[in-house]
Amino acid sequence: MPEGRVMAMEINAKGMYYRDLNNLLREKVAEGVTEFTLQGINGQRYLGTGLKGKVKIEVYGTPGNDLGAFMDGPEIIVYGNGQDGIANTMNDGRIVVHGHAGDVLGYGMRGGELYIRESVGYRVGIHMKEYKKQVPVIVVGGTAGAFFGEYMAGGILVVLGLNKKEGEPLTGDYLGTGMHGGVIYLRGEVEKDILGKEVAEFELNEEDYRRLNPLLENYANFFNVSLDEIKKVPFKKLVPVSHRPYGKLYTY
Amino acid sequence: MANLIPPRFKVVIDYEKCRKCKRCVINCGFGVYSFADRVIPDHKKCVSCQRCVAFCPEEAITIIENPNVFRPNSYWTMEDRINIMKQAGSSGMLLTGMGNDRPYKNYFDHLLIDACQVTNPSIDPLREPMELTTYLGKKPDAVTVKVENGKVKLDTRIAPQIKLDTPIIFSPMSYGSISLNAHKALARAAKECGILMNTGEGGLHKDLYPYKDWIIVQVASGRFGVNQEYLDHSAVVEIKIGQGAKPGIGGHLPGEKVNREVSETRMIPEGTDALSPAPHHDIYSIEDLAQLIYALKEATNYEKPVSVKIAAVHNVAAIASGIARAGADIIYIDGFRGGTGAAPTIIRDHIGIPIELAIAAVDDRLRAEGIRNSVSIVAAGGIRHSGDVAKAIALGADAVAIGTAALIAMGCHVCQMCHTGNCSWGIATQRPELTQRLDPDWAAQQLINLVKSWSLELKEILGALGLNAIESLRGSRERLRGIGLNDTELAILGVKHAGR
Repeated sequence: MPEGRVMAMEINAKGMYYRDLNNLLREKVAEGVTEFTLQGINGQRYLGTGLKGKVKIEVYGTPGNDLGAFMDGPEIIVYGNGQDGIANTMNDGRIVVHGHAGDVLGYGMRGGELYIRESVGYRVGIHMKEYKKQVPVIVVGGTAGAFFGEYMAGGILVVLGLNKKEGEPLTGDYLGTGMHGGVIYLRGEVEKDILGKEVAEFELNEEDYRRLNPLLENYANFFNVSLDEIKKVPFKKLVPVSHRPYGKLYTY
Repeated sequence: MANLIPPRFKVVIDYEKCRKCKRCVINCGFGVYSFADRVIPDHKKCVSCQRCVAFCPEEAITIIENPNVFRPNSYWTMEDRINIMKQAGSSGMLLTGMGNDRPYKNYFDHLLIDACQVTNPSIDPLREPMELTTYLGKKPDAVTVKVENGKVKLDTRIAPQIKLDTPIIFSPMSYGSISLNAHKALARAAKECGILMNTGEGGLHKDLYPYKDWIIVQVASGRFGVNQEYLDHSAVVEIKIGQGAKPGIGGHLPGEKVNREVSETRMIPEGTDALSPAPHHDIYSIEDLAQLIYALKEATNYEKPVSVKIAAVHNVAAIASGIARAGADIIYIDGFRGGTGAAPTIIRDHIGIPIELAIAAVDDRLRAEGIRNSVSIVAAGGIRHSGDVAKAIALGADAVAIGTAALIAMGCHVCQMCHTGNCSWGIATQRPELTQRLDPDWAAQQLINLVKSWSLELKEILGALGLNAIESLRGSRERLRGIGLNDTELAILGVKHAGR
C-alpha cells in the first residue's frame, strides 16, 4: 500500500455471524484497510477485539458485548447504544458511543479512552489501572450504576450526569469501593453514604483541571454539547485515602 | 504478647567446629544470625529453611524443633495455641505460603497401581518404544476423512492442540511471587523438556518472550500485564478463576515486592499493591465465562487453546461441566494441597477438596454427559512424585502440573515463608541480594533432571502395566485399587478395593 493512502471499506453486517465479521475485519486490517463503516450491526460481539494500530471503525447499530476488548490503538465510533464489557482490558485507542452503554465497561482497562454520551450500567471502571504514560479514561455523560470504579488502581473516571433527573443520584452505591489509585471526577454532589470507605471527596486543584478540561472538551466536541453548560456545575473529585488499603490485614 | 511466643526452632551451633566464617550470617534471609566474637542466633527468627545448614562449610549448624513443649494436648495443638497468641497480639489474619500442611487424608497414598503377571505380559521400556506424548486441547466428537487425488485427507477441523513430550507441566507461579531467575529457569526447562511453564497472573517479562511456544499466559481478575502483546507471546491462554490454596479469594502482592521490573511486567506503578479481586467482575455466570473465553479466542484468532483454571471445591464436577460447555479447551483443576505465594492460613487449610476426588468426579461427570473429549484435564495440587502422576492420570487427568515439586528442584526446602519475601534460596523473593543466588541455568537443569526422572519412572510404570502409551492409562481406573478406603470413597474414586 502506498504511503499515506487511506483504504476505506463499508460492510453491510446485517445478519452476519460475529465470527465471520471479525475474521473479515482482521483480514482486511492485515491487507491495509484503515477505515471501516459497519452498517446494520445488531448484537455482534467482539468487534475490534484484539485489533492493533491506526484503524478507525464506524459502527451503525448496536454492537454486542466486549466491543474493543484487549484493543490496542484503533478508534471505534458507535452510532447507537453499546452493550456490556466495552473496552475490557483495553490497552490503547478510543471508543465513542453515541448513546447508552451496559455493565462492566473498561474492566481492567490500562489505556485509551471511552466516551459514553448517556448513562452506563453497573460495575463500570472496575480495576482500571495506569502505567507510565498510559492513563485510561472513561467519561460518562449521564449517570452510572453501582460499584463504579471498584478496585480502581489508576486512570480517570468522569461522570457528568447531564441527563440526570431531579433527585436521581449521580452514581449507584459502593462508589470507589476498594479504590487504591486513580481519580474519579463527579459533576455535582453524591451522598456520602454511597462512597466506599477507601475513598474521600476533595475539591479540584489546578492540576485536576489541567487533566479534566481536555476530556470535557472532547466530550463536548464528540457529542455536540455546550462546554459552558457542562462547566456550569462544579466538580468534586474522589481519590483513595490510602494506596495500600489492605496493608495491615495480616499477621505472620 | 509476641514476646511470649516461644521459638518454633532452635539453632544449635557446634562452636567447637565453627570457624567464624560468617557464611551463615550472610546466607540467612531472615536475619537470624548476628556476630559478636561468635555467631549468635536469634531462634525466634528461624524458619528452618536450611540455607545456613547447607552452606556451613564445617557442618556446624543443626536446626531442631524447639524441644521446649507446651503441655501436650491432642486437641489444642501447639500450633493452634501459638496462632491464637499471634492474633491476640496483632489483630491480623494469619498469612502463610506453600500448600495445606494439615494431616487430612491423602488419597494418593490409599491407591495402588496394577501390574501384569504371566498373562498380558509387561513391557520393558528400555527396549521397546513407550509413548508419553500428550496433546492438550479440544478433541472432535468424530473424525471424517475425504479422498482427494487418491490421497486420504482429514476433513474435520481440529481445534488447536499443544503437544507435550511428557504429561507434566509447571504450575502457574507469578513473577512477583517468585523471582525472575526462577521464571527463567522454568521457561528454559519447559522448552528443553517439551512441556509448558505458566506465568501465573503477574505478566510476562520480556526476557521470556523467546520461550513463547512453551508458555501458558494467565488472565486473572487483576489483568496484570495483560495486553495483546502478552496474549501473542503464548502457547495457551488461561483464565484463572481459582487456586487450590485459596479458592474463592483474591490475591494480594504487597507493594514492597513491586520493584521496577515487577512493575514493568505487571504494568502497574512501582511500590503499589497489586490487588487481584476475588472474582473476575466481568464473570458472574457460565455465560459470562463463555464471553471471556471467546473474547480471548477472538483476540488470538482461534489459534490457541483457552484453559480455565479452577480450585477443586465441593461442586467441582458441575462447574467443570459448565466450563467445558462454555467453550474451554482445557480445564485446570487445582486441589486443596496446591501451593501459594501467600494466602490466609485459615483459607489454605480449610477450603477445597483433594485433587484425587476432584479428578474422578469431573472425569465421571464429563463422561456421563458425553463431553469428556471436548476438554483436556490438567490436575494439580500436591503431586509429589511420578506415582502421583500415574495415579492422577489413571483417575482421569490428561496431564498434571507441578509447582511445589518444581520449587524443591530449584532449592526450596518448603519452609512456607514465601509470603515474607525473605526466601534465602532466592526463589520466592525480589530482594536483589537473594535473587542473585539462584542461577537460572543451574535451576533449569535441576528442573529438566526432575522431569526426565519422572518421565523415566512413568515409562517403567506403564511397562509394568503392559501399556505402551500414557493415553492408554488415562481414566483407566480398573488399573487402580484402593487400600483402607470405605465404600463411599471407593465409589467416588471409581476404584475397587485391593484384593478384588
